[in-house]
This record gives sequence, C-alpha cells and structure tokens, in this order.
Amino acid sequence: MTSTPPVITPTAPVIDMHGVSRRYGAGPPALDDVTLSVRAGEALAVVGPSGSGKSTLLNLIAGLDRPSAGTVTVGGVRVSELNETGSARYRRDRVGMVFQFFNLLDDLSVHDNVLLPAQLAGMPRAEARRRAAELLRHLGIERHADAYPGRLSGGERQRVAVARALMNRPALLLADEPTGALDTASGEQVRELLTQLNADGQTIVLVTHDLALARSCATRTVELVDGRVARDSGSVRAHRPAVSP
Amino acid sequence: MSTRRPANPLGRVVRAGVARRRVQTAVMVLTTLMAVTASVLAVGLLVAARAPFDRAFTAQQGAHLTGQFDATEVTAERLARTADAAGVAAVAGPFRSVPVRVRTASDTAALPAGVDLPPVTVVGRADPGGPVDRLRMVDGRWATRPGEIVLADGTLPAPPGARLTLPTAPGTPTLTVVGIARSVTGTAQAWVTPAQAEVLAATDGTTAGYEMLYRFHRAETDAHVAAGRAAITAAVPPDALSGSQSYLAVEQQRTANARAFVPFLAAFGVLGLLLSVLVVGIVISGAVGAATRRIGILKSLGFTPAQVVRAYVGQALLPAAVGCLLGLALGNALAVPVLGEVGEAFDAPVTTVPLWIDVVVPVGALLLVAGAALLPALRAGRLSTVAALGVGRTLGRKPGAARSVRRLTARLPARLPLPRAVGLGLADPFVRPARSGTMAAAVAFGAVCVTFAVGLALSLGVVQAGRMLNSAGSVVVQTGGGTGPPGAQVVHVGAEAETPKADPEEIGAVLRAQEGTVRFYGTARAELSVRGITGATTVVAYQGDSAWGAPRTVAGRWLDGPGEAVVTSRFLEAAGIGVGDTLRLEERGRHASVRIVGEAFFTEGEGMALLTSTSTLADLGLDARPGRYDVQTEAGTDAARYLGSLRDELEGVGAVAQANTGNSSSVILAMDALIGMLTLMLVVVAGLGVLNTVVLDTRERVRDLGVLKALGMTPRQTVTMVVTSVAGTGLLAGLAAVPAGVALHHWIIPLMGDGVGMNLPTAALSVYDPQRLTLLALGGLVIAVAGGLLPATWAARTDTATALRSE
Repeated sequence: MTSTPPVITPTAPVIDMHGVSRRYGAGPPALDDVTLSVRAGEALAVVGPSGSGKSTLLNLIAGLDRPSAGTVTVGGVRVSELNETGSARYRRDRVGMVFQFFNLLDDLSVHDNVLLPAQLAGMPRAEARRRAAELLRHLGIERHADAYPGRLSGGERQRVAVARALMNRPALLLADEPTGALDTASGEQVRELLTQLNADGQTIVLVTHDLALARSCATRTVELVDGRVARDSGSVRAHRPAVSP
Repeated sequence: MSTRRPANPLGRVVRAGVARRRVQTAVMVLTTLMAVTASVLAVGLLVAARAPFDRAFTAQQGAHLTGQFDATEVTAERLARTADAAGVAAVAGPFRSVPVRVRTASDTAALPAGVDLPPVTVVGRADPGGPVDRLRMVDGRWATRPGEIVLADGTLPAPPGARLTLPTAPGTPTLTVVGIARSVTGTAQAWVTPAQAEVLAATDGTTAGYEMLYRFHRAETDAHVAAGRAAITAAVPPDALSGSQSYLAVEQQRTANARAFVPFLAAFGVLGLLLSVLVVGIVISGAVGAATRRIGILKSLGFTPAQVVRAYVGQALLPAAVGCLLGLALGNALAVPVLGEVGEAFDAPVTTVPLWIDVVVPVGALLLVAGAALLPALRAGRLSTVAALGVGRTLGRKPGAARSVRRLTARLPARLPLPRAVGLGLADPFVRPARSGTMAAAVAFGAVCVTFAVGLALSLGVVQAGRMLNSAGSVVVQTGGGTGPPGAQVVHVGAEAETPKADPEEIGAVLRAQEGTVRFYGTARAELSVRGITGATTVVAYQGDSAWGAPRTVAGRWLDGPGEAVVTSRFLEAAGIGVGDTLRLEERGRHASVRIVGEAFFTEGEGMALLTSTSTLADLGLDARPGRYDVQTEAGTDAARYLGSLRDELEGVGAVAQANTGNSSSVILAMDALIGMLTLMLVVVAGLGVLNTVVLDTRERVRDLGVLKALGMTPRQTVTMVVTSVAGTGLLAGLAAVPAGVALHHWIIPLMGDGVGMNLPTAALSVYDPQRLTLLALGGLVIAVAGGLLPATWAARTDTATALRSE
C-alpha cells in the first residue's frame, strides 16, 4: 500500500440527509421526509420491501437523482444542488458504486474497466496503472487483468466492480444489491469482501434485500417502508478507521 | 352480436412502430422523397423532352437525313437515283435550294418596309406533302405559283400577306408570303414553287444546289444515319454532297437544355436510391436490434414469423410511400418549367411528366425499399421467442472469436495517449464494425454528393463564364453601324442613314492612349450563308490581339491569321466536318474559304456562330470594320473614371464606351438551384443516417453510458466520446468519398456536354484544386459530426439512474 486514503474524522458525518423527499408524478412519494446521517467508517445497510425507496435513497446519495425537498450533503458537498457536471465530478472524486448486475463494460478488459474512473478523473497514467494493479492484487483477481468480464464468474465480476469502485479512493462506497445476482458461494465471497473493506475503514452504504448480508457486514441497518425510515438500528459496533486497500 | 371486424393487429403494430421511431421515419421519408424527386425529374425529362419531337417526327414523316448537293457536281436525275441506295426507305426531292437575301417590301406589325433581313435558304417544292418531311401548315396556304413564298415558322417576322423583296435575285422579285409552314427537322427556311426556285437559282454567282430528303430503314442511332449517308455519298460523284444534317442532331439541338439536366439528375437519382436502400437497411436493422424483446413478446402473443416480417417491412414501406408521394409532387412540379421551355418548338408541348413514369419510379423505389427491409425483417421473423424474451436479462455476453479480435483491435486507440473519452470514442467503430460500416457508407454517400455537387457548380460556373463570346474585357466600345442584335450590320431600315462605323485607326489610337488600357481587340458581325449549313450563319470576325478574349478551345487552336475559322463541336456536327476541313462562305455572289483551325466552346447563337478574322469579311466585300471593341484594363483601374475619360475621348470619333456587363443563363441558374436543392437533401439524409445510427448506438449502449456517468464521466466527456466515435469514421469515409465524387463528376460533365451537343473545355473538368479537395475531404467529418452531435447531447443528458436500470 503506497498511497494515502482521504482523512476521515471518525465521528464526522459523511452523509447528511435532512428532510429529504422524492416524488415522481402525482403518486405517493418514493421517499418521504427522510432524515439520516452516516458517519465515517460506518457500514449502513438499507433494507426494505420492493418500492420502499431504497434505490431512490442510493441514487440521491450518488447524485444520480435530486430530491424534491430537503438536502443531501456528502463529505461537505451539497449533492442536491450540483449540476450535471458537478455531480459527475462528485461521483468521480468521492463515491464508488457497485451494482447488482455489475455494470462492467463488456468490451473493456478487467484492467481497463478498473482503470476507467482514474482515466476519467485525469489521474497520471503510471499512478493509475499502479493503483489498478494494487487493487486487483488486493481483491485476488490480478490473474484476470487481461480477461474480459464475460469470461469471469459472477463473484469475480463483482470483485472487479468493487475494484473499479475503489479506484479513486472514494470516501463512500455505495452498493446496490451487490449479491443479488450471485450464487451462494459468490455471494459469500462478496459479503466477506465488503466486511473486510469496512473493517479497513471504508464507509459503505448497502442497499439489499438480503438480511443475512445486512447482518453480517453492516454496522447499522435502516429499514425503509413506503419511503419512510421505519427502523434505525443505530451503530452496533465501533468503527475502525484504517487505510483503505 | 357485433358485426365489426376486429382491429388488424399487424396494422396496429406497424403504425405503432412508425410512430415510435419519429427520427427514423423522417429519415426514410426524406431519403425516398429525394430519390424519387431526382429520378422522376431525370427519367421524366429524358422521355418527355423527346416526346414532342418524336411525335411530330413520326406524324410528319420527318427526314432522317437532309442532304445538300452541289448542283455543279451532280444532276437532278442522278440524285433521284439515290433513292435506290442501300438502306434508303423513302426520298423526297431533289428540290432546288438557293440561299437568298431578303428585304421587307411592306409594312407589318413587326417591321417596316425596307428592312434587310438575314439570308435564308429557299427550297423549291411543289407541295407540302410527300413521303418524307410532310410540312404542316401553321397559317395560310402553300405556294402554288411564282411570286408566292411560304416561310418556315419562326424564321422571319413576316405574316401571310406581307411582301418580301429578294434584292440579289434576277429582276429583284417581290414575293408575297402566302403561308407559314413547319418542318420538323427544319429542312428549309422558306419554300417557293419549283419554277420560282429555278429562276432564283439562275442568279449570277449564287451557289444553287439541290436538297434531298431521306428516310432510312434503320435510323435509331448516329451510326445508322452515318451508314445511310455513306451509301448516298457513294451513289453520287465525289464532292457532290456539300452538307447534310441528321434528324438526331436536330433533335439534340431542340432538346439540348432538357438533355443537359438528365445526366446529373440521373446521378442524383441513383445516389438517392442507393442511399434509400442503405438508410432503410440501417433503420430496420436497428429497429429489429432495438426491439428484440418486443419481437419476442409479439411472437409469444401469437404473431407468426410471416406477420413479424410483414410488420417490419411495413414499417419501412409506410414512410417510404409518403416519401414517394411527396417526391412525385416535387418532381412533377420542378419538371414543368424545363419541359415547357423544351416543348415550345413543337405543336403539342409536353409540360408534364408522362404518367407511366409517375407509376414506374415510385413502384421501383418501393420495391427497393421493401427489398432493403426484407433482410432484417426476415432476421426478426426467425428470432427464437425464448431468446428474444431473454434479451437484457442476461449478465454478460460470452465472447466469440470475432468479438475477441474486435476487442483486441479496439484496445489500440485506448492505448494512445489521449483523454479516455476520446480513446473510448475512437475504439467504438472497432467494437461495432457493421454499424460503423453502414454509417460510413451513409457519410460517404453524402460526401460523394457534396464533392460531385461542388464540382458540378464549379463546372457550370466555367460554362456560364465562357458561354458568351466577348465576355473577357471589362469595357466595351461600340462604334456605330447599327444597334440591333448580332448581325445588326445587315439589319437596317433602308430609308434611314445608317450610322457609319468609327475609323478603327482612330479608335485604336484613343484606346492605346488611354491610361489603364492593357489590350483590346475588335469584332465585326455579319449574317452569311455557309455551305453545308441551312440558313444564315452568324459570323464573328476578330481584329487585333484577340487570343486573350477568345472562347475556350476544345481542340486545335485559336485564330492566328487570315483564312482561318473556329467553330463549336455542334457546328462541326451540323456541317459534317472536322478541324482541318475547309468551309465556303458566300455573300452576294462572292465567296471565301476558311479552314477550321480550332474547336471552341461557347453557346452564344446556339453555338452555331463561326469565328474568323475580319479579313474574311473583307474578302467577301463586306464592311470589315469592327462594330465593337473589347478592352481589358489594368487591375485596380477605377472603372467609372476610366469609362468617363474614354467616353470623352471617343466622343470625337463617333464611338461609345460602356462597362461590359455579363448575363447569366437561366438554364444554368436553374441547374445550380436544382443541384443545390438535391445536394442539400442528400446531405441532410446522410447526416440523418448518421444521427439515426448514433441514436441506435446510444440506445443500445444506454446502460454503458449510465455506468460511465455513474463512474464520473461528465456531460462534456460524454459528448466528446460520442462525437469521437463517429468523427474518425466520418473522416475516413470522407477521404474515400472524394475520389469517388471526382470520378462521378468527370463522368457526368462530358455526358452533359454530349447532351447539348458540345465538347466542353478541359477547364470545365479541371475544377478541383488541392485546397478544394482538402476542404471536401473534411466534408465526411463535418457530416458525421453534424449527425452525431445531437444524439451525443441526448446521451449526455440521459438520466443516469434510468440508464442503469435499462435492459
């Protein structure tokens, strides 16, 4: 490990959502007056039935969507007020995203997929390659560096997706049903990976149906029902800020 | 129980598909509109322009060949026996043929008495009927006794009842115009009785001749007519045939303007149809690719493969049919002015495109469209329902061998030290080679069209600049001697004193002394009889250093001394001679011979003027003093000041100076407008083809775009990536298209020249210089970027969260 992760004060809120609502059309709100804050080093699992607003919450934190009311602040950045370019730069610099269906680019090799966020951010070539190699090694997929995603197993693909998400050393890792498309064994691997990442100090927000996943790797669980926070477990174990991989 | 038939599900699917793809539908409408417009115009003009002539020729048993024979070389009896020559089907004649001068002897609405008119060829003919060249009486009756004359329609401004004097004929006879007749091939400009013609032929020194009119068993081509002429030539003594005219040459002259349109319109039509096929292929392939799940759903609901095929062919045919209808309307509307001009010379001018063309062209276009749509539609019909329903639900594509090769190729641009967005864009064509290929083809069509159109416009510019004689100088000095049209020397009212021409020496001295004069030359004009040419020929005689203002030479050289002449290819064709041959000019019993030393391009006087030196006019006893001087002034000369000063100086010598104002051919202007319109349509279609391809690509990659944006790709980077993905392809397609466009231009321009019966100068072809070619080579890039910019913006604006959810 040669590079330094962003300095995060253990108790400082990384995410601060205040009175956030999101409406689509005339129907009931997807999110309704949600106030939530996530501290550095937390692993927050957002659970709830389909249509409860989990993905909307994640999109608002990622700057992919804007609230109809309220504010979303991440790492001091008022995400809800960013324009398109600002949102892109915010995601590039502060957020890493992992998806249910991996969303790897089929026509790029594993190595190129992982490099992509750094290249978009204009990271020097040599530094980017060094960082990518480091992540691939750390996540145990370096032998697949030149392979294309189509040749990998689901678990391997999700590891690649995680490596890509961590490329720019984001303060926040957002994961949307990261084990939803995986078999049991692969799901277990990913669960262990996320747990390890959080143990290493990575702040994670995890949206999942999988209560086992939530239980095993989240330090805190929030349950959404009809767009409202129905239950917040609070932190159940201490954060352990450390050097990210 | 209701008797209403259930709604046709196929129709609903087709209509829904058309409505959903508005951009693609608009592209298909526009491309078929353009293709059908150009095709209807091209085929319509080709057919309809010939129709009046063909109809009149058939009805009047027109002469395939009009032969002029030297009466001193062959007898009438010998000529009559040429009816037995090989290939000859029917003959009329021999008729006495005499060139005469005409002067009005009575006042008419058009002219007063005493006006000298250009010479005409009078033929002695007993009646207007016969087996060949049945004349149609337009007005009055046929000449039945001496003292009567029938004029060819449009030859002289003298209606029935007018009297004309023939001042050079024995006894200066005065003839009364009794009728106006029309010969489909213009075999004479006037007719008298055979007895009257014999009297006129007795004029001392006049080269009277015989005219024979022939129809051949086969006369469809120039070769057939030439074979007939050869058989006739062989049947008479050498040198007896002094001139001949094929009906094909007449037809070409009458329909020249319309024929000039045909080659480039045909080129645009073919380009349009090919582009239609390409665009329809792209659109329907894209529609099938983008709607695979929809096809699966349709099939799961009970659509048969045939119904699916019909649905997708229908989605192409519906907008194509709209484009065809619009194209028909536009093509027919644009044909009206051109056809109207062509048809004026005939009894029944055709001003509309024949109906069968309005049927055949759109049906052909629709068949092509259906054919283009059929392949992707068949692919849709054969799709497995299960596989189609599963599209978008799988977790990734397993790479095949070809895909692996493409990926390896795609990595090359990614390795270049370029911003990642640019690298991704450059790699895209390697990842989707088929789609990039079709897009490249669309861009190439557009770029070919632009290259071709620019060349056409430049060539027409050369033609426009060179079509008129004496257009090189910036100042013209008129020296008196009449104020009429070309040939004014002989058109004057007898009772009035004609303004004497100014002394050339004095004019020359004034011009040389004038500050700012570079060089000048003078021209005199006359209307003369030229052996082998029916009717009067405008002779333009040059004096002084005229090479700088000469028309562009196609073959041979410009005048370099006395006894030389330069004419157009149309003249050479009409006279049946070539460069190096000698022509005999006649005037009032005197004659002069000139050798053709060059073939030039100009269209003034229908391209039938003869250019020679003023010494030729002097040899014929005519006033050879120039009536006009064309002056070249130094660059930067103040035109108004120069003219003012020159006018002051010329006042004393009886001449007037004025600026040389050019004029423009309305036909060329119409061509320019048409070329501009068709090019714009084709380029827009090509651009829309690119747009459509990029839209399809963007839709197909919407999830990839979402991922990239989720990873932090900014809107500007997204636009850069999408535009770069088409820019490289566009640049390459443009580079490849330029030589093709130049080749098309070099093929079409001579055909346009052939259409008007003219060889065009080299300058009309050599219009592409390196700077222009460089700019044109960038045309593909411009079309591609213009077509890709809009979808690139859409891609940049795509909602990331929605894109990530897309299947």
